[in-house]
Amino acid sequence: MLQKRIITGFLCFISSTLFAQEVKMASIREGFFVPLYGATSKKPVKVNTFSIDVFPVTNAQYLDFVKKNPAYSRSKIKGLFADKSYLIQWESDFNFGKNNLNDAPVTNVSWFAAKKYCECQGKRLPTMDEWEYVAMADEKRIDARAKENFNKYIMSWYEKPKTYLNPVGQTFKNYWGVYDMHGLVWEWTSDFNSIFLSGESRKDKATDKNLFCGSGSVNATDLMNYAAFMRYAFRGSLKANYTTKNLGFRCAKNK
Amino acid sequence: MKQPFYFTNSCKVIAFALIASASFLSCDKKDEKHNAEYYENITVEGQKEAELTAPPFVPKPVGDRAATKLVVNMEIKEIEGEMVDGVKYNYWTFGGSVPGSFIRTRVGDEVEFHLKNHPDNKMPHNIDLHAVTGPGGGATSSLVAPGHEKVFNFKTLNPGLYVYHCATAPVGMHIANGMYGLILVEPEGGLPPVDKEYYIMQGDFYTKGSYGEQGSQPFDMNKAIKEQPDYVVFNGKVGAVAGDNAITAKVGETVRIFIGNGGPNLVSSFHVIGEIFDKVHIEGGEKINENVQTTLIPSGGSAIVEFKVDVPGTFILVDHSIFRAFNKGALGMLKVEGVENKKIYSGTTQEGIYLPEGGTIQNMPKENGAAKSTTAKTVPEQIKSGKELFGRTCFACHQPEGQGVPNAFPPLAKSDFLNANPDRAIGAVLHGLSGEITVNGKKFNNVMTSQNLTDEEVADVLTYVYNSWGNNKTVITPAKVKAIRAKPAPKPVSAH
Repeated sequence: MLQKRIITGFLCFISSTLFAQEVKMASIREGFFVPLYGATSKKPVKVNTFSIDVFPVTNAQYLDFVKKNPAYSRSKIKGLFADKSYLIQWESDFNFGKNNLNDAPVTNVSWFAAKKYCECQGKRLPTMDEWEYVAMADEKRIDARAKENFNKYIMSWYEKPKTYLNPVGQTFKNYWGVYDMHGLVWEWTSDFNSIFLSGESRKDKATDKNLFCGSGSVNATDLMNYAAFMRYAFRGSLKANYTTKNLGFRCAKNK
Repeated sequence: MKQPFYFTNSCKVIAFALIASASFLSCDKKDEKHNAEYYENITVEGQKEAELTAPPFVPKPVGDRAATKLVVNMEIKEIEGEMVDGVKYNYWTFGGSVPGSFIRTRVGDEVEFHLKNHPDNKMPHNIDLHAVTGPGGGATSSLVAPGHEKVFNFKTLNPGLYVYHCATAPVGMHIANGMYGLILVEPEGGLPPVDKEYYIMQGDFYTKGSYGEQGSQPFDMNKAIKEQPDYVVFNGKVGAVAGDNAITAKVGETVRIFIGNGGPNLVSSFHVIGEIFDKVHIEGGEKINENVQTTLIPSGGSAIVEFKVDVPGTFILVDHSIFRAFNKGALGMLKVEGVENKKIYSGTTQEGIYLPEGGTIQNMPKENGAAKSTTAKTVPEQIKSGKELFGRTCFACHQPEGQGVPNAFPPLAKSDFLNANPDRAIGAVLHGLSGEITVNGKKFNNVMTSQNLTDEEVADVLTYVYNSWGNNKTVITPAKVKAIRAKPAPKPVSAH
């Protein structure tokens, strides 16, 4: 096991020295916020200073990774690490084909593969809290969650088909200089399954009384919860070997 | 229960005691009704894949087949569709249609349910089938990510027509986007055979723009919470069961409609204009009511209605909360072909004017028609516009070919009364006419109301009438009409 880790580390070391410099990262200042889920007793959680990729990982970047790590190619990947739809939209093991842009986000990647990719860049997947912390910023504010238009923007994505085909960097640049937190694809987080939602909302509701009951109209807080809830519900439906067309990822790094 | 309440005189109590003891007796009878426990224990034979159908159609009846293992493959698709011409809406669907695919089972079946979430979808979904006995009706076991599949099993214990729907939060939104359908659990031996079976479900929709506002319309959560839908429709969109998409039957056939209501909010007052439901399985259950005009369908509920169609015609299906039908889309059609049966429905046999206050002339507005015409029309032009006017104004009584209605409305075709005196005809149109007259040897005693027409219109319509159906081709000019209008209205004939 240890031996394996060393080998993996070695392989990743080569690739990280080759590619690490190419990917732009944004520095995220430490801060506190109350996530929709995961904060015990609704007290703010602290997010330490860290860096996160400005864009989600693209087809071209992921192709480089697969070429360096053929064990993560479509035909070679272990069934434990990814289900059958892993990179299914690609033309072949080492060719993402004409239907996928080189700068479109890579999707149909499992959590195991995404984690591996980030490790090979000398990085890691962001935690759910880190991801949500960055994602609550709009162009001007660190926390825009109470803004109606911000939430409407997030939710309008749910109705736009096939956004996974779009190139990265076409949505707005947020306060931290990060793109595509909303409006492109869902993204993996390291602890995506740490919050258990059965998806049977009426049952979940027992523990989240404020979420979808009680108010006679949707106020900004409801709308914000509702936009965020979709992400938690989506994560709740995943397993680490799952791959889906609307799910990509980006990497993070400790400062 | 055996101790009667001697101290009370209430007939009700005694009646209750009698009924109760009668039902105890009936339990001893041979044809005892099976309960859920019985069906829980019946064994299944073989395995088959369930036939699924998109509305308004239903799969083949179960007939007398034994309980079986039934595999249901249900695919969830998020698709863009059209709510009404030019209005796009992003539907979330079970099986690609709203309502979702119809599932037909029989009681005692063991259903292996495969819920598949299409890879292109963005949302996780699940399914709650009201036919399921178990937590969440299956919802707790079926949350499925896009590009994945969940499988769960259940046994159908209670016959009836049940709603299924997505129960992923926000539940209301998933339902409002079209995620509902019907699953039928037929009794042992199946429902009695009928000639036609259809599948219709009502649903309310909430869009950012109001009814008919063009373009892509997103879901509006605020309107949904306020329960103010922009659309109330049958089968997912305006006109889904109307016009060329109408359901059909032939005279003499018995029609069964499996009708459900997905909601998310409104309760439906389901009614078929011009029909009476011979039978209604109330709320989709076992109890049958007969001779029902309008049946209430709860949100998340259903009914099975049956009726024999006796006469041809178009029968309109509505939510009798009637503004929904005519202003929000809750309108469908059943077209029945066949031979008329005058005994059951005659069509109009007579049209009269109803005058509760007596035989005086109706006081329609009697302003002086301003002759707006700047250029005089030629006679063919007069006839042409007069014909249109006749079709709007006169034909209801005098009939399309001027033949009139015997004993009610005098004929205009080859009319001696008309041809004898054009001035009198003009006066009748301007001021109305009442009392006994004789036309072509037949007596009529009725009332014609004065018509609110301009001089030119009166001239045109009368010129059309005089130049049709064998009349004497008199041409009436607007000037002539104006001259007659200037004279005082004549007294009713009957006053003489």
